[in-house]
Amino acid sequence: MSGDAGYIALEYRDVALAALLVLIQAGLSLMLRLGLGAQILLAAFRMVVQLMLLGLVLENLFALASPLWTGMAAVVMVGFAGYEVIARQSHRLRGLWSYGIGTSAILSAAGLVTLFALTTQVRADPWYDPRYALPLLGMVLGNTMTGVALGLNTLTTTTRRERVSIEARLALGADKWTALRPSLREAMRSGMIPIINAMAATGLVAIPGMMTGQILAGITPQDAIRYQLLVMFLIAGGTGLGVFAAVYAGAERITDARHRLRLDRLAAGEDNSG
Amino acid sequence: MLTIRGLTRPGLWPFDLELDGGECVAVLGPSGGGKTLLLRAIADLDPNQGELSLDGESRAGMSGPAWRGRVSYLASEPGWWAERIGAHFADAEAAIPLLAGLGLGAEALDWTVARASTGERQRLALARTLAQAPEVLLLDEPSSGLDPAATEMVETMLRQRLAAGVAILIATHDPAQAGRLARRRLMVEAGEVREEAA
Repeated sequence: MSGDAGYIALEYRDVALAALLVLIQAGLSLMLRLGLGAQILLAAFRMVVQLMLLGLVLENLFALASPLWTGMAAVVMVGFAGYEVIARQSHRLRGLWSYGIGTSAILSAAGLVTLFALTTQVRADPWYDPRYALPLLGMVLGNTMTGVALGLNTLTTTTRRERVSIEARLALGADKWTALRPSLREAMRSGMIPIINAMAATGLVAIPGMMTGQILAGITPQDAIRYQLLVMFLIAGGTGLGVFAAVYAGAERITDARHRLRLDRLAAGEDNSG
Repeated sequence: MLTIRGLTRPGLWPFDLELDGGECVAVLGPSGGGKTLLLRAIADLDPNQGELSLDGESRAGMSGPAWRGRVSYLASEPGWWAERIGAHFADAEAAIPLLAGLGLGAEALDWTVARASTGERQRLALARTLAQAPEVLLLDEPSSGLDPAATEMVETMLRQRLAAGVAILIATHDPAQAGRLARRRLMVEAGEVREEAA
């Protein structure tokens, strides 16, 4: 351990000491024949490799501070987030639509919110400074991704389940937005609920991770709280925009210009004719 | 009134049909032959091709909802989107005479959908469609789950509508019902539509 200006930097042997806890877990699993030993060790190993790589990548990106490389890192992050969205769909849209809608909703929502923060509140200089841009984008992205995945998945499952009642309204001359309103509402709700719950519970159950990090890094709790609030608002804004965009684009895709329900555009969907 | 030229969709060969106001055409044929596909295609509920018009107004020239408000399809197992029956009517008060004609009291409007039996739901759904006063009715087995008394009430209601100038296409399994209501018959078999002498 070596004391520095305001915080205690860790050496790798400090980390190795903490890693002993994981080894104890693995030993316990072996003793009790839980069959988790290999899994625990593999997960811990993955975490170590992934984070060390991330550290390497971030260090280089920070050193370069180039708009091009920062932008490319952001594109890769958004690309993975879009992939994660389709992995969480029980009924994907045929073709590239799930990926396209998910990715563009995440990109526009998280991108907009991050740019907003970088140019008006955090005021990094230059605004694309990766030391600020990438961590902020990462936090907004992760939460927006979860919301978009939940929203889209709820939209398609609810609409499939409620097909008969939706078509009953369409057959009586309702437009698609009226007929889909219950599905849209449920999809928006399920996409937004994680962030609503997170906002309501934050600070009561646990000190948020980012704030913990800042406090450990020597920042006063007051300052850390302001950052945490900023990030939570950014996340709420990004999630709201992303869920809204994804759910409405998804609804456009499972209906058509003649206001018909087009569940044939969902993969693994059943025949929708009688 | 309703003119259909070359209507086709997957599972249905192109066909023409001319339907006058006050006219009823029975749609007969085996299960899976395409009766439902035909009615849904006319209502524009599934992708289809063909030239349709209502009193000279082309279907392509109006929105899907506008068309379906005038040419309304009623599924054999109708869907419900609210908990209470009454919430499915734009004007629940105005629906009471319709319900009475179908042997249902005004209290049915306060029922939950789950509380109504299959036969009651079928009649309530018919009332729901009639309450919107469409010019063409596309009915898919509207009395399949009904006892003879209720079936008769439904048929009487439909005859009143015919007398008022509404055109009806009715899919039915029951040749006797076709005989009672319609003077023309369409046979739909393996996606092929042909008119048969009644």
